[in-house]
Amino acid sequence: MNPTTLFGLCGAALVGIGLYGLLTDPRLLRKIIAFNLVGSGVFLLFGVVARRGADAGLGGDPVPQALVITGIVVAFSATALAVALLLRLHDAGGGATLDDGADSAGKDRSPS
Amino acid sequence: MPPTEALAAGASAGGGWLVASIAWPIIALLLVIAGGERLAARVGVLALPIGLAIAAAVALQVGGSGELVYNVGGWAPPLGIALRADGLSAAMLLVTAIVAGGSGIYALADFGPPRAGSSGRTSLAFWASLLGAWAALNLAFLGNDLFNLYVALEMLTFAAVPLVCLDGRAETLKAALRYLLYALVGSVLYLLGAVLLYGAYGTLDLGLLATVAQPGPATWAAAALMTAGLLAKTALFPLHLWLPPAHAGAPPAASAVLSALVVKGSFFIVLRLWFEALPGLGSAAAMQLIGLLGAGAILYGSALALRQTRLKLLVAYSTVAQIGYLFLVFPLAFDAASGRLAAGAALMGGLLQAVSHALAKAAMFMSAGLIAVTLGHDRIADLGGLARARPTSLLAFALAGVSLVGLPPSGGFAAKWLLLSAAVATGQWWWAVVIVLGGLLTGAYLVLVLMRALDEPTAPAAPLQPVAAWREAVPLVLALLAVFMGLAGVLP
Amino acid sequence: MSFELNYELLVGLLVLTTAAWSVAARDSYSATVGFVSYGLLLAIVWMQLQAVDVALTEVAIGSGLTGLLLLGAAARLRATERRIVARPSIALRTLAALACAGISVALAATVLSLPQPAPSLAAEALAALPATGLGNPVNGVLMAFRAFDTLLEKVVLVLSLVGVWSLAPDLGWAGRPRLLHPFADDGVLKFLARTLPPLGLLLGLHLMWNGADEPGGAFQGATVLAAMWLLVLMAGLGEAPQVRARWLRVAAVAGPATFLAVGLAGMGIAGAFLAYPESHAKALILFVEVPMMLTIALVLALLVAGPPERTEGP
Repeated sequence: MNPTTLFGLCGAALVGIGLYGLLTDPRLLRKIIAFNLVGSGVFLLFGVVARRGADAGLGGDPVPQALVITGIVVAFSATALAVALLLRLHDAGGGATLDDGADSAGKDRSPS
Repeated sequence: MPPTEALAAGASAGGGWLVASIAWPIIALLLVIAGGERLAARVGVLALPIGLAIAAAVALQVGGSGELVYNVGGWAPPLGIALRADGLSAAMLLVTAIVAGGSGIYALADFGPPRAGSSGRTSLAFWASLLGAWAALNLAFLGNDLFNLYVALEMLTFAAVPLVCLDGRAETLKAALRYLLYALVGSVLYLLGAVLLYGAYGTLDLGLLATVAQPGPATWAAAALMTAGLLAKTALFPLHLWLPPAHAGAPPAASAVLSALVVKGSFFIVLRLWFEALPGLGSAAAMQLIGLLGAGAILYGSALALRQTRLKLLVAYSTVAQIGYLFLVFPLAFDAASGRLAAGAALMGGLLQAVSHALAKAAMFMSAGLIAVTLGHDRIADLGGLARARPTSLLAFALAGVSLVGLPPSGGFAAKWLLLSAAVATGQWWWAVVIVLGGLLTGAYLVLVLMRALDEPTAPAAPLQPVAAWREAVPLVLALLAVFMGLAGVLP
Repeated sequence: MSFELNYELLVGLLVLTTAAWSVAARDSYSATVGFVSYGLLLAIVWMQLQAVDVALTEVAIGSGLTGLLLLGAAARLRATERRIVARPSIALRTLAALACAGISVALAATVLSLPQPAPSLAAEALAALPATGLGNPVNGVLMAFRAFDTLLEKVVLVLSLVGVWSLAPDLGWAGRPRLLHPFADDGVLKFLARTLPPLGLLLGLHLMWNGADEPGGAFQGATVLAAMWLLVLMAGLGEAPQVRARWLRVAAVAGPATFLAVGLAGMGIAGAFLAYPESHAKALILFVEVPMMLTIALVLALLVAGPPERTEGP
C-alpha cells in the first residue's frame, strides 16, 4: 500500500470519527469540533486526489490544493460564526446544548 | 488555451449580464458595510430596482438567444469556471429579485435608517444579510461549477443564519445554531461528493461531467452524498427539523426571504446536479425514494401545520409541506424506458411550484407579520376581529393561500396541474393521490385560519396597533402576482 | 514495509488517535488541545502529500486560529458544560458508531476504487501558467484560473464577520470585542508582543510576495499578520477596534472591493471578468493581493476576537 492510499483511508476514518462526534455528543462545542474533523477529513481526501494527480513534474494537482486552501478558510469562518452563536446563547441563558424548546413534534412554545 | 480563444469559444454575447447579476448585490453589500449603519437601508433600497433590472435583462437575453454561457476570466472549464443561464435560471433570478425587493421595502419599517439613540445593529445586519443572500442565490442559479456552487451554498448559509436570531433571544439563537449545524453538515457532505467526482473524472464542471460521468461506485457515492447534503439544506422531510423554529423565529421580512428564496437555492443545485450533470445515473428506485420523502413532507408538514396554535409556526410548517412538491419532480421526470431524467412537464411544474411558492410564502409571512403587529400576538385561536381590523393583510394572506392550495388561475394551480398530468402520463397515479391530498390538507389549515379571523373577537379587544398602508401593499402585490401567475402561460 | 511507510503509518495513526481523543475526551478544554495537536500532525500529512501551501494554511488557520477560538470558548463554557450529564443511551451510541463506521468503510472503498491513472489538471495548469506571470501553480489557480472562487471567498469572510458582529447585544454595539483570553499581566507575553510583530509583519509580507513563485501567498501571509495582531491584543498592549470605526469598515471591504474592481476592469481591458492582460498579469495580481492580505488579516483576527461586548465609558 502506498502512502497516498494510506492517507486516503485516514481521511475516510476521520469523516466517520467526526460524524460520530456530531451525532452523539450533546454539547454544542463538541459538535463544532467534530464538524471540523469531518471537514478536515474531506480536505484530506481532496489532498489525496491531488497527490494522485501528480503530473508534468508537479508533486500534485494544483487545482484541488487551491480548493482546499479556500475550504480551510471557509471552514474557519463557519467555526467562528458557530462559536460566536454558542457563546451568545450561553450568555443569554440558553445553555450549551440544543435540548428543549425543539419544535420537532410541533409543540407550542411560550407566547412571545 | 489562451484566454481570448477560450472566450470566443465558450461565451455568448450578453454573458456580461450574468456577471452583473452576481457582482451588483456584492457591490451593494460592500457599500453597506463600508457606509455604516446610518446608510445601510438607503443603499440597500437603491440596490433593489437595479438588481431587478439586471434580472430582467438576463431574462430578455435568454428569451432571445436561448442560453447564455460565460467563462470567468476567459478560462474555459475544466481549468476555469463557467456561468450559465437558461430558462430555469432566468425565472429564478427574476423571482428572487422581486421577492428580495418586496422584502426590502417591507423591512424599511423595522430595519430602516436607525433613529437617534438606536444602535443600528439590526439595520446593518439585515441589509448585509439580504444583499449577501441575494448574491449567493444568483450564483446558485447561474453557477456551472461544483465548487463554485459550494461557495454559493456557504455564502447563503452565512447570510441567512444571522437573520434568524436578529432579536437576540435565547430561543432564536438556539434555532439559528441548529440551522447552522444542519447547513454546515449539508455543505460538507456536498463537498465530499464533489471531491469524489473530481477524483473520478478530473472536472467539476456540470457540462463536462454530463459527457464523461459513468455509473460506478464513485459516481453513486458522490450523488448520494451530495443529494443527502442538499436535502438537509432544503429541509426535506425527515431532515426538516431545523426549519420551523428558524423561520418562525426570524423577523417577518427575514422569514419571507428564508422560506421563499433561501431553501430554493439548494433545491436548484439538486436539480442541476441530477438533470444536467448526472441525468442517466438515477435508478427508478432512487427516484421513487426521493418522491417518497417529498410525499412525506407534504403529508406530515400539512398535518403538523393543522396542529399549530401560532400563525407563524403554521406558515413555517406549510413551507415544510410545500417543499415536498418540489421533490416530486424527480420520480415524475424519470423516463423508465431510457433510465434518464428528462426535462418536460414535470420539471416545468417544479419550476412553477418554486416560483409561485416563493411569491405566495413571502406574502404570507409578511401579512402574518402585520397581523402580529396589529394584534400584539399571533395566536390563531384569538385572531377574531381581524377581518374588520386588517382586511388588506387578511386578503393578502387568503390570496397567498389560494396559490398554495392550487386553485386556478394561480401559479400553484399551474404547477400542480403539470405535476398531475406528468403523474397520469407516466402511470404513477400514487403521486397524483398525494398531490390531491396535499391540496386538501393545505386548504384545511388555511380555512381554519380564515374562519378564526372572520369570527368575532374572543377576548376583550386590546388596543390595535396601526400599520402603514404601504406596508400592507407589498404582500398584497406579491399575493396577486402568485394568484394571476397562471395566466402568464395563457396570454400571448 | 520500507522505513518511509512505517513513518507514514505512524503519522497516520497519531492523526487518528488525536482525532478520536478530541471526540472522546470528557473535558472540552483537553479535547480542544487534542484538536490543536491533530491540526499540527495533519500539517505533516499535508507535507507528505506534497502540498506545502496547504500545510502552511492548515497550521496557521486550521490549527492555530481555530484552536485559539475553540480554547477561548472551552474556557468560558467550562462551568456550564460540567453540568451537562445527559448523553444518548448506549444503544443509540452503538447504532451511531456502526452507522459512522459503515460510512467510513464505504468511503474508503470508494476512494480505493478511484481510477488509476488519476485524471488531473496539473499539465493544463502548468501549460497555462506562463500567461499569468506566476511561478507557483497553486497561486495561479487561486488568483487567475479560479479567481472567481477566491473573490467570492473574500465576500464570504466579510459576510461571516458581519454575522458575528450582529450577535452583539444592542447595548454593546458601540463597544469593542473583549478578547477571550486576556493575559494582560503576563510579562513574557508582553515581551513577545513587543518584539515579534515587526518580524511577523516582514514575514507576512515576504510570504505574500514570495508566494507568486514559491509556496506561500496572500492567505498564509495574512494569517501571520493576524496572529501578530492577536498577540498584541492578548498581551493587553492594544485594544480591539470599535466595530463602528470607519477605518475598520473600509479596510474590511478593501480586499474584495479591489479584487472586484480589477475584475470588472478586466471586462473592458482583457475581454472577460477577472481576466488579466497578459503583459501586466503578475503586477495586477500583486496589486490585488496587498489589500486582500490586509482584509484577510483583519477579518481573521476579528473573527477570533468575536462580537463587541463592552460599551464605551462616559
